[in-house]
Amino acid sequence: MSKNRNAAIIGSGMSEFSSHREDVNQPEMIHEAVIEALRDADIALEDVDCLLHGNMELFEMVHQPDMWHVLGDGARGKSGLRLTTGGTTGITLACAADNLVASGLHDVVLAIGFEKLQEGHTTGGITNMADPLWGRSLQTGALTGTGAQKVIDEFGEERAKLAAMKYRTIMDEHAMRNEKAHRRLRLERQYIKETADNSPPLVGELRMIHMCSQSDGACAVVFASEEKVRALGANPAWIVDHETVHREETMVFGSMLSTQRAAAERLFARAGIANPRGDIDVFEMYDPSAWWGVDWLRDFLLLEGDEHLKMIENDEIVLDGPFPVNPSGGVIASNPIGATALVRVAEAAMQVRGTAGAHQVSKPVRRALASGFGGTLWTVLMLLSKEKPERRVNTHG
Amino acid sequence: MNDAFVIEGKMALPYQYFAGAVGSKFLVALRDEKQILGVRCSRCGMVFVPPRQSCERCFSALTEHWVRVESTGEVTGFTVVRYAEPYQPKKPPYVLALIKLDGADTPIAHLLECGDPGRARIGMRVRAVFAGERRANLLAIAHFEEDPAGTQEGHSPARL
Repeated sequence: MSKNRNAAIIGSGMSEFSSHREDVNQPEMIHEAVIEALRDADIALEDVDCLLHGNMELFEMVHQPDMWHVLGDGARGKSGLRLTTGGTTGITLACAADNLVASGLHDVVLAIGFEKLQEGHTTGGITNMADPLWGRSLQTGALTGTGAQKVIDEFGEERAKLAAMKYRTIMDEHAMRNEKAHRRLRLERQYIKETADNSPPLVGELRMIHMCSQSDGACAVVFASEEKVRALGANPAWIVDHETVHREETMVFGSMLSTQRAAAERLFARAGIANPRGDIDVFEMYDPSAWWGVDWLRDFLLLEGDEHLKMIENDEIVLDGPFPVNPSGGVIASNPIGATALVRVAEAAMQVRGTAGAHQVSKPVRRALASGFGGTLWTVLMLLSKEKPERRVNTHG
Repeated sequence: MNDAFVIEGKMALPYQYFAGAVGSKFLVALRDEKQILGVRCSRCGMVFVPPRQSCERCFSALTEHWVRVESTGEVTGFTVVRYAEPYQPKKPPYVLALIKLDGADTPIAHLLECGDPGRARIGMRVRAVFAGERRANLLAIAHFEEDPAGTQEGHSPARL
């Protein structure tokens, strides 16, 4: 299957991310993101052909929230779809938007991800995903100590712990430059050890400070066809390609396929990326905890040995470094789950479009990578570029 | 089949709902003042009750255009509930009606008490009966009752 035409992101918007949004109900919060996205794209609601809506099933205990949200999201009288793929929902929305535009079916698609975690009961929702008979009492979502233990086993406790907290601190430094970010803690590098030691343990060496936040928030992204980009004179971040890899088992422990590495290998092979760190300029990673952020860096960038630890130790992933990771502050700073993976795509697009403001990286951005993560071990990767893709890319093998 | 087991399960899924600044203003006025507030879209002219932050048609911001509508109105649709379920607001049979308040363009759903449920009619004139002890929810209006003398003439919402 090949693309009929190119699709690009021409605008994005986000609500403020926060632990509580008592001031707005769900459609009102979504409205904030939609208004900002339309303004950023410099289009009117009338220009939108189709809305894609997604969040985590059951997290707010609302069945078919897309029906009710028409009050605020602009879907009245338009084509629409609701999608939900767990933590990856946001980036699945982006993939679907790309497919709908690239196929020629729609010219302008608005993708909306949201979550109001404060209103619901996330563990109740997550537990529901497992087999009712065998799995429900064991399901914990991203709250697992195995990520930390894996890095500690391989690199020793001291180096592993320092790397995880250095990563965590860098993410906070980035969040401090992103006014939309939820948790901005002003962590200081000189107190890395103390900060970790004083943080309550969750599971094993996964501590509260390493873990992603629970946020309320919404994100909206405008996708447009090649023709529409030209007609509007828009500033585009072109979609090169995307890849989804997942495994369905929840109960296998030990050596497993890395869905991160598998997705990266397939995507990079199709896009002709031989040297990810050189060919890609910035990476917005869905990092549910600092430990997974550290570990997955190696898989996503197809690195071996301790190269990923060195990247952290040598400050390569900082905002002004040679390979910035999560200029936004990432998922540890802000995690409105159904929006989170779409925020990664939006942030990557902002870097390509040069619209990230105070957290715009200093190097020129030609290509940006965004990832999504969800249960059970779903990975979605999307590659964006400043240059319009020349050739038609086969999106499915 | 005798050997096919069924496992009974039960999950508690608690939730909260944040009414937001707009919804809260509506609920507080209902509880404290027995007033029914709405918002008017300055572009479409629509008066929304309950109020909304934005117009779903034209996306205009509405929160600068509060109005007070009447506690009288007209039935635009109804159903007679004849079966019993836990958590129902009252014992069946009873009437659930869509009621367009005078001055509003959108109906609200509420209980209609009109004696025999068979008497309920689209177009029936009704008025709100407020509860004695009111909490910040739609049941601050206990129910609607028939208002045979009422007419819908000359009702325009009062600007706040």
